[in-house]
Amino acid sequence: MEALLHALSWIAVIGGLFFMLVGTFGVLRMPDVYTRLHAAGMTDTMGAGLLLLGMAFQTIIDMMHGETSYWLVLVRLVFVYAFLLFTSPIATHALARAAIAGGVVPWTNEAGES
Amino acid sequence: MLFGVATAGILVAMAMALTRALLGPTVYDRVLAVNTFGTKTVLLIAVLGFLTGRPEFLDLALVYALINFIGTIAVLKFFEFGDLGLTRRVEREAE
Repeated sequence: MEALLHALSWIAVIGGLFFMLVGTFGVLRMPDVYTRLHAAGMTDTMGAGLLLLGMAFQTIIDMMHGETSYWLVLVRLVFVYAFLLFTSPIATHALARAAIAGGVVPWTNEAGES
Repeated sequence: MLFGVATAGILVAMAMALTRALLGPTVYDRVLAVNTFGTKTVLLIAVLGFLTGRPEFLDLALVYALINFIGTIAVLKFFEFGDLGLTRRVEREAE
């Protein structure tokens, strides 16, 4: 049971790091602000979610070792994820709206760049 | 071990976000980079809490998530309208 939880937390953390690094790489490489927003959104949902899931599995292992008060840590993890889940789309929306209002023209591949 | 790997990965991602913040080119790219940097800071604080065996750090992560959101919205509002809404209120009241 504990080995299974360890394996699950490793899978979750590695998966979260993968999504986070790919999303940040997209922020670094994409051509304009709107495409970069798309890459950054993936970081907040999948990356943060899987990392926090991995931490939750570790907390459950600690609880099995007698740290009975750690259920509060689980509640906090859920709260952190809930806040990120609510604030990230709002921030993305506000950024896209501000960029449109600020006159940033969306990038199209008319020049035929690769 | 697990959280050491997670810390290293998050630090690499933070460095990449900072590079975008420095490169720009528009101010919205910089705000976007700082916003993702803040999200990664939240996760870094949480992971560091587990790494040092003190999960109470999650409280700090919670507060930082909220401050990061408020800060992004405030900066965006400033760049969208050139102010935080005060001049338009003054104009409305003058009419």
